[in-house]
Amino acid sequence: MAIDRRRFLRNGLLATGTVITSPWVFQTGARAAGEVKVGVLFSLTGGLSIIEKSLHDATLMAISEINAAGGVKGMKITAIAEDGASDPKTYNEKASKLVIQDKVPTVFGSYTSASRKAVLPVFEKRNNLYFYPTYYEGFECSKNVVYTGAVPNQQLSNFIPWIIKTLGKKKFFIVGSNYIYPREMAKVSKILIEKNGGEWIADEYLELGHSEWGSMVNKIKSSGCDVVLSNVVGDSVVAFYREYKNQGLTHDKLPICATVTSEIEIAAMGAEYAVGSYTSFPYFQAIDTDRNKAFVERYRAFVKDPKAVTHHALESSYFQVFLWKQAAEKAAEITPVGIREAVKGQEFDAPNGHVKIDPDNLHTYLTPRIAQWLPDGQGKIIDAYKEPVVPLPYVAYGETPTNLFCTGKGLETAKLKT
Amino acid sequence: MLEVLFIGLSLGSILLLVALGLAITYGAMGVINMAHGEMVMVGAYVTVLSGIWLGTNIFVAIPLAFIVTALLGLLIERVVVRRLYGRLLDTLLATWGIAILIQQAVRLEFGLTFLGIHIQGLGPGLQNVAVPPFLQGTFSILGADINRYRTFIILVTAFLALMTWFIIYRTAIGTQVRAIIRNPKMAAACGIDVTRVNALTFAFGSGLAGVAGVMMSGFKTVFPDMGTSMVVDGFLVVVMGGVGSLLGSVLSAGILGEINGLVAAATNDILARAVVFGVVIAIIVLKPKGLFALKGR
Repeated sequence: MAIDRRRFLRNGLLATGTVITSPWVFQTGARAAGEVKVGVLFSLTGGLSIIEKSLHDATLMAISEINAAGGVKGMKITAIAEDGASDPKTYNEKASKLVIQDKVPTVFGSYTSASRKAVLPVFEKRNNLYFYPTYYEGFECSKNVVYTGAVPNQQLSNFIPWIIKTLGKKKFFIVGSNYIYPREMAKVSKILIEKNGGEWIADEYLELGHSEWGSMVNKIKSSGCDVVLSNVVGDSVVAFYREYKNQGLTHDKLPICATVTSEIEIAAMGAEYAVGSYTSFPYFQAIDTDRNKAFVERYRAFVKDPKAVTHHALESSYFQVFLWKQAAEKAAEITPVGIREAVKGQEFDAPNGHVKIDPDNLHTYLTPRIAQWLPDGQGKIIDAYKEPVVPLPYVAYGETPTNLFCTGKGLETAKLKT
Repeated sequence: MLEVLFIGLSLGSILLLVALGLAITYGAMGVINMAHGEMVMVGAYVTVLSGIWLGTNIFVAIPLAFIVTALLGLLIERVVVRRLYGRLLDTLLATWGIAILIQQAVRLEFGLTFLGIHIQGLGPGLQNVAVPPFLQGTFSILGADINRYRTFIILVTAFLALMTWFIIYRTAIGTQVRAIIRNPKMAAACGIDVTRVNALTFAFGSGLAGVAGVMMSGFKTVFPDMGTSMVVDGFLVVVMGGVGSLLGSVLSAGILGEINGLVAAATNDILARAVVFGVVIAIIVLKPKGLFALKGR
C-alpha cells in the first residue's frame, strides 16, 4: 500500500497530537508520585521584592515544617516557586504557568492588590485556588481565593473609635498613596470617623513610590488636625516619617496612626522616627506568647538572619499553609474545589492567636490589635480584642455580621446599591 | 508662606543636586547617561556602608562617595562610553545596561549571595542612614519653622554649583572642557588632550552624583532602585535649562522646584507633578533649545 502524501501527513499529525496531549490527559500529574505540588508566587526581584521575599520565605518555612512532620496524607509537599518580578503582567503569566502547566491544586501568593487582581481571572477561569496572605481593601468576593490577611473592619473598626475615645483626637488628616487600597481604606475611615463623632479635614494622596513629602507635611502642619491617619505604602512610608520629624512634628502632640507601617518599614526608617506613633494590625512581632516567640526564632533560623523581623503579612503567609494542609487532609481528593470546600470553617492556632476561615466569604477571623512603636523598633501592644473578629470585606458598603454581602453563593450585588 | 517658598527652594535644590552631574555629562559631553541615577544610588550606599563598617557619619561620607563614584565613572568612561562619543542613542542604551548591572550588583551583593555570604548594608532590602541630631528637626526664622536637613541640602547644593562653576569657568582644565563642548575636533587640533579631559569630566560628573546620593540617603530610603526615578527629573532640568548651560540648569531647577512647591501647597502633590511636566513641555515647545542655549556658529 502506497502511502500517499496526504495520509502520511494525517497520520503524522495524529501521532504528534497524541504525543503532545498525552501528558495533559493522563498525567493526574502533581499528586501521583507521593508528593503534592503547590505554587508559590511572590516577587523575588523588583521594587516589591523587599517585602515579598519575606512572604516567600515564610511560605517555604511552613511547607518545610509540614514536610518534617510527615507531610499531607503521607505525601510530601513540593513547592514550585515562581517570581512575579513586581509586575502584575508577569504575575498573570506565572500564575497561568503554575495552574495550566504544573497543574498545581493551589497557589500561595501576592502582596499587592494589583498583583492579586492580575491573577484573579486565571484562578476563576480554571476554577483553581489562590491563598492570599496580605491585608487588603476588601470589596472582593471570589470563590477561588482564600484571604488570610486583615480586611478594613479588622484594622479600622477598632482603630478609629479607639483614636477618638482613648487618644481623644477628633480632627483627622487622612493621607495615603494614590491607588485602590488607601482610597478604599479612606472610605471606610470616613464612615467610622463620622459615626464616632469625629471629623476629617483632609483626604490627600501622594503618588505610589513617590518620596518627596515636603509639601504634604507642611500642609498637615498648617491644617489644624490633631491626628494623622496614614495609609501610605512602601518605601514612601520611610520618607514620610523622616520628613514628619524633620519638620518639627512629634507623635506625642500629633500622632501618626497607620494601617500599613509594619516592623519592616520601622526597621528601614530607623525606629527613632516612629517612636510614639501607632499602627493597627492583627499581628505584631512583639505579641507576648510562647508560640509567637518560637515562631520568630524559627523564622530567623530559617532565613539565617538573627535580626530578621516578622510582620502581619508574613505571619499570614505562614499560617495559611497550615490551614491549607488541614483542608487537604480533610478533603476526599486534593483538588482545588475539594480543598476550597474543606477549608471552610478550618481553625488553626497561629502565632497571632486563633484563626478561622469564614465558611461564607473565605476570609479569615483575626484579632485586631493596636501597637505603639518603641525605640527598639518593636510595637508595644496597647489594645487588643479579646477574640477574633468576623471578616467583612464589604464593610464600607454597609455589611454587618448579620447581613453578609459575600456568601458561599457569591456576591449579592443587590445589597451593594442600598 | 515663607515655609512654602522654602520647600519650593528645597525641592529645587534636590533637583539641581542630581542635575548638576548630568549637566556636565549630558550637557558638555553629549552622553545620555542613564547610569547617573545609579551613581546617586552608589553614593547613598557608600553612606550606608561607611556608617556600618567605619562608624563614620554623613559628613565623612561626602568626600568618600565623591571618590568612589568618580572612580566608578572613570572606569565606565574608559571601558564603554569612550567608544560611543557622537552616538547619542547608543550611549543611552549602553549606559542603561550599565545601570542595570550596577543595580543587580548591589542587590546580589556583588554575587556573594550565591555563595551564601551576606554583607550587612547591601542586598535587596531597605537601608537607613542615621542623621546627626543637629540636622534633625527645625529652627525658626521670622516665625517660620525651617527644616534643618533641607537647609543643609541647599547649602551643599549651592557649594557644589559654585565649585562646578569655578572649575568650568575659572581654571585651565575648565577652559579645555568648554572648548570641547563647542567643537571637539577643533579643540584636539589646538593640542587639547580630548580623551583625557573627557575622562576627567565624566568622572567629575559621576562624583557629583555620588554626593547627591549622600544627601538623598539622609531623608529618603536607600534601596537598589532608588536612582531610577531621579534620573528622569534630572534630565527634565537639564533639557529645560538648555543643554550645556550651567546657569540654565540652576535656574530651571529653581523654577521647577518653586512651581512644584506652590502648586502642591495650593492643590495637591499629584497635580503639582503634572503641572511641572506641563511647564517643561511648554518650554521645550516654545524654546526647543531650552532657556539658555549655547549660541553656536
